[in-house]
Formats: sequence, C-alpha cells, structure tokens
Amino acid sequence: MPFRLEARGRRSLLWAWLSPVVAVAGTLLLSTLIFAALGKPAGAALYTFVLAPVSDLRGLSELGVKAAPLVLIGTGLALGFRANVWNIGAEGQFILGAIFGGGIGLAAGDSEGVWILPAMILAGAFGGMVWAAIPALLKTRFNASEILTSLMLNYVAQLLLIYLVVGPWKDPQGYGFPQTRLFGDAATMPILIHGTRVHLGVLAAVIAVALVWLLQAKTLLGFKLRVLGEAPRAASYAGFSGPRLTWFALLLSGALAGLAGIFEAAGPIGQLTPSLSPGYGYTAIIVAFLGRLHPFGVLLGGLVLALSYLGGEKAQIALGLPNAVTGIYQGVLLFLLLAADLLVSYRIRLVPAPQSTIGSVAGGVT
Amino acid sequence: MSGAALFTSVMLSVISAATPLLLAATGELVTEKAGVLNLGVEGMMLVGAVIGFAVTLGSGSATLGIVAAALAGAVAALGFAVLTVSLLANQVATGLALTIFGTGFSALIGAGYVGKPLPPLPKLDLPVLSHIPVLGPILFGQDALVYLSFAALAGVSWFLSRSHAGLVLRAVGDSHDAAHAIGYDVVKIRYFAAMFGGAMCGIAGAYLSLAYTPMWAENMSAGRGWIALALVVFSAWRPARLLLGAYLFGGITILQLHIQGLGIAIPSQFVSMLPYLATVVVLVAISSDRSRLRLNTPACLGRAFNAAG
Repeated sequence: MPFRLEARGRRSLLWAWLSPVVAVAGTLLLSTLIFAALGKPAGAALYTFVLAPVSDLRGLSELGVKAAPLVLIGTGLALGFRANVWNIGAEGQFILGAIFGGGIGLAAGDSEGVWILPAMILAGAFGGMVWAAIPALLKTRFNASEILTSLMLNYVAQLLLIYLVVGPWKDPQGYGFPQTRLFGDAATMPILIHGTRVHLGVLAAVIAVALVWLLQAKTLLGFKLRVLGEAPRAASYAGFSGPRLTWFALLLSGALAGLAGIFEAAGPIGQLTPSLSPGYGYTAIIVAFLGRLHPFGVLLGGLVLALSYLGGEKAQIALGLPNAVTGIYQGVLLFLLLAADLLVSYRIRLVPAPQSTIGSVAGGVT
Repeated sequence: MSGAALFTSVMLSVISAATPLLLAATGELVTEKAGVLNLGVEGMMLVGAVIGFAVTLGSGSATLGIVAAALAGAVAALGFAVLTVSLLANQVATGLALTIFGTGFSALIGAGYVGKPLPPLPKLDLPVLSHIPVLGPILFGQDALVYLSFAALAGVSWFLSRSHAGLVLRAVGDSHDAAHAIGYDVVKIRYFAAMFGGAMCGIAGAYLSLAYTPMWAENMSAGRGWIALALVVFSAWRPARLLLGAYLFGGITILQLHIQGLGIAIPSQFVSMLPYLATVVVLVAISSDRSRLRLNTPACLGRAFNAAG
C-alpha cells in the first residue's frame, strides 16, 4: 500500500514516549517468533528471558548492577547525540578508565588507605577523558569524523588492555591466565546493600543522571548544546562555539564511560581481564536512543537493556542458546525504535492506489 | 628466502588483505554516491561471512556460498533502506543498529560452525602464465574474488563516470530534490544503491571466511568494515583512489606478519594497532582540507528525502 509521509507541525510528544514502549513490545513479540522458529517453547523462552531474571530480590539487584555501566555511559552519549556529537568510542573510553583507575589500584597493592578508592575513581574518569580527547581534538582541529576516529580507538584500547594483562601487569601467580592480580580490599568498590553485588557504581549512575539532567535543563551550557544539535545555524548566529561544545560533549561522555570502566573493574570483576565489557559501550548507544536522549529516559532504558543481558545469560543456561542472542535482541530493538520514531515527526497518510502526481510518491514499501 | 620469493609472498599477502577492503569499499562508494550513508558495513560483512561459510560447507559449492553471501548482504541493506529511505530514520543510528544486529545474528548462526575446516577458495592456475617467476603467481594465481574486486571497481568506475544511470545516481546523491523534480525516482534509486553496497559487503565477508582465513570465527571482520568506510572518505569518493587506499591498508595490515619476522622486538598488540591508527591518521590528513572535502562529498549524504515534504 503506497503511503505518504506528512510532516507534523511540531514533534509529537505522545509518540516520542510511546515509541520506546511499542519498540520493546515489538521486540518481545519478534523474539517469541524467533524462539518458536528455533523450535524452543516460546512461552517458556519469554518467561526465561523477561521474568525469570527479575523474579526475586537477587535478580533485581543484579539488574541494577548490570544497568549501572549502561546508564553511566548512556547518559553521556545522550548528551552528545543531542548536540550532534557522535561518540561511538565509549567502549574504548570504558577500557581506558579501567586501565587508568586499575593501574592505581594495582600499584596500591595491599596497602590500606582511604585515598586509594577516590584516586582510582578520579583516574578512571580521567582515563576516559584522555581517550575521548583524541577524537575531540581531531574533530575540532582537523575536521575528522568523530564517528570513525572514536570507533577506531576502541580497537586500539582493547589491544592496549590485552598487552597490559598478558605483559607487564600480568599476575605472576595467575597460572598464565591473561589477567592482573585481584585488587586489594582498599581498592575494591564497597558493597552498598549487604548480600547483593550492588556497589558504589550503581549509586554513582543515579547521581550522574541527576547531575546531567540539571546541566541540560537548568544551565546555559545545556541550552547551547541543544541548540547546536537542533539548529546548528542558529547556534552559530548566536555565537555559540561549536568546537568548544564538541569538546565538552566528548570529554563529559568520555569521563562517564571511564567511570563506568573503573566501577566495573574494581567492582563486580575485581581485576583487569581482556573481557572487561560485554559491549557496554555499544549497547549504551541503544540505551541513549531508547531513553529519548533524556537522562531520566536513559535510566529506564538502561534497565531494559540490562534485562537483555541477564535474560541472555539465563537463556544460555536454561535453553542452550548462544549468548549472542542478546545482540540480536538489541539490534532488533533499535531497529524497531527507529522505525517507530517516524511517528514522532510525521503522520502517515495512505495514498489511494493509482496516483502519480509529483509530491505524493514517497514510500513504496508494501 | 630469496629476494624475489620474499617479494612475491609479501605481495600475495598484501593482495589478500586488501581484497575484502576493496570489495566492501566499492559497494559503500556506490551507496554513498546515491546519498545514503550506511554505517552497517561491519555488520553486513559478518552476515556475509557466516552465510557464505555455511552455504559453502553445506552445499560443497563456493560459488553458491558467495552468491548466498551477496544475497544476505543485500537483504540486510534492504532492511536498512526500508528504515532510512522509506521511514526516514536517522542513517547514523540505523547503521549502528545494523552492525549490532549483524554481529549478534552472525554469532548465533555461526555458533555451530566455529572450528570447522573448509578448503580455501581455489586459485586460478594457468599452465604457463601462473608459473612465471615473481609476477606469475601475483597476476595469474589469484582466486576468483580478487579478480572480481578489480572487475567490480572498474565497472563501478565506468558506471559512475560514463553511464547515464550513473549520472542519475550521482544526481540523486548530490541533490535529491532536483533529481525528484526532474522526475527520477529517488527512493527506488537509493534502494538499489544501498542493496548493491550490501551485496558487495556480503561478498567481502565471504572472502574473509572462504579465502582469507577459511573458517568462521565470531567477529572475524575485526573492524575491517569500519576501515572500508574510512577508505571511502579517504578516496574522496573517487574509485581510482579507493584502489590506492585499499592496497595501502592491505600493506599496513600485513606489516604485522612481517615486522616480527624481521626481528624487530615490538609486542604484537602494538603492531596489530597499526591499521586502526593508520585509519585515524589518514582520516585526519584527508579531512583537514575542509573545502576540498565538502567539494567531493555527495551533497545529500546522510540526509533523508521525503517527497511529500
């Protein structure tokens, strides 16, 4: 059926918030179909994936643990995306945060000291900023696309991490495994809720959301970033410095990704290994979009995507599905979300079949 | 090893490292010339790699495998086109979604194929020519996909600069409104351009899993799709420079094989960083001349077109 897309006068706020709901529901429906096609009991699979992971208190706390890095990274990315700054390098910034902060933790050894943890956290944020500063410099000084440069640095960061854990930082008592020694007690994130793995990073994620919201909604800087993204020309007429805002968006998102890195390394993982992140830096891109590039939305989006990780693990154990299923869900979710977002800016008008006047031959998908 | 034999072996490995880049970048070049920026190259390559491998293993025919890989890439690109061309979704975000999806999808399909062996793609073996010292194996001893990569580049070069259809495609990429006003079907042309790009990425993936390292491994493209994207920028959207770029990067990639053979003591991880770092350097070099970059970039690249306004 041919259709025509009619621009709405203004963005539909209703659809802006309904579209993620539609996308999540569609993903569940589609995944059920995939399970049925694979010959797995669809109902049980849906239960395993969505409800089983959060059916008890322990599961809920794990959801928070998995969501923390996604929310931290996603909050920073969302701020950048709004300003049309495409930081795809959060994965690398996460790793550099873990390396910088972890380096201090390893150097501290078993020594006690209240300064160790704060120093690690600061170093983690700094590490992420350093890594994000490279695409920022290349973008503002040399006009190089931050999408490609930040992404290339992800691979470099991963190789750097491997070099460290098989080389100079390798645990001499680690039976040859590619990993560092475990962080000492004073270099490990404190657990906030006894009996769970909820650590300081979970609280930090919530605080980051609140602070970035304040920044976006209540400060001139936040306003400038919004204008830069929505109307770059207006921003330049108003005299807002594009390069300076690009720097800010990249450094802030880099710092948050670096924080996520050190919280993970010195939290649930407890050491540096080659597989610190199951793709948090990429998944956080979906979190940002699902959360409508709004800090509070990112918080919700982070929980949804955290569930996809937990569900993936459960499905692996209970149904024998490869862990990669998680990636399919995440990809489908983003696809559906982007499709549903059409309705934020456009109305769909069906066109009566034979009509070919210019101006009404837009889409032709049947 | 004698000097001539070393030269031959280095050249052969440069060619095999450059071929997947050239195949994918040639496809993406056509897509971008029509104004569509598909960042899903990496995902489409992975889908092509796993489908090509699975079909070749299942059917025993590499030809069938390559065709299936091309189809799989084209179907993935079709999905991308539905979202971005018809539903006007953000092209950057949709491309990322395609890469995330392709990575997961290929890993799921490929889970049963990890570690399975496959004979490498047969190489052309002409009676006399292939045995000419030095040049024989380089010019006449390659597999079909290497020749295809050159043929495709030559074809695309001719198509874009000499054919009427190519002119229309470039018009769509440079000014979709004008092309539409003249009466060209912008949507249809963009669908075709995107699907051609997808098919080429699928074949590039098949080259990896059938010829480069005849096996399937999760995430085996290792960023080559992104490097191919950077190559298109590097080439300033000109086919001849694409060839130069692909072989330059092929050379950098195989440095890691030879640098340690030469007895230079550098940890292997640092050598492996070279292609990624080189991509960054090249992007910086090519992008810093802003006015020239703007002159060469298809003017409507990445912008959605809606006839109904």
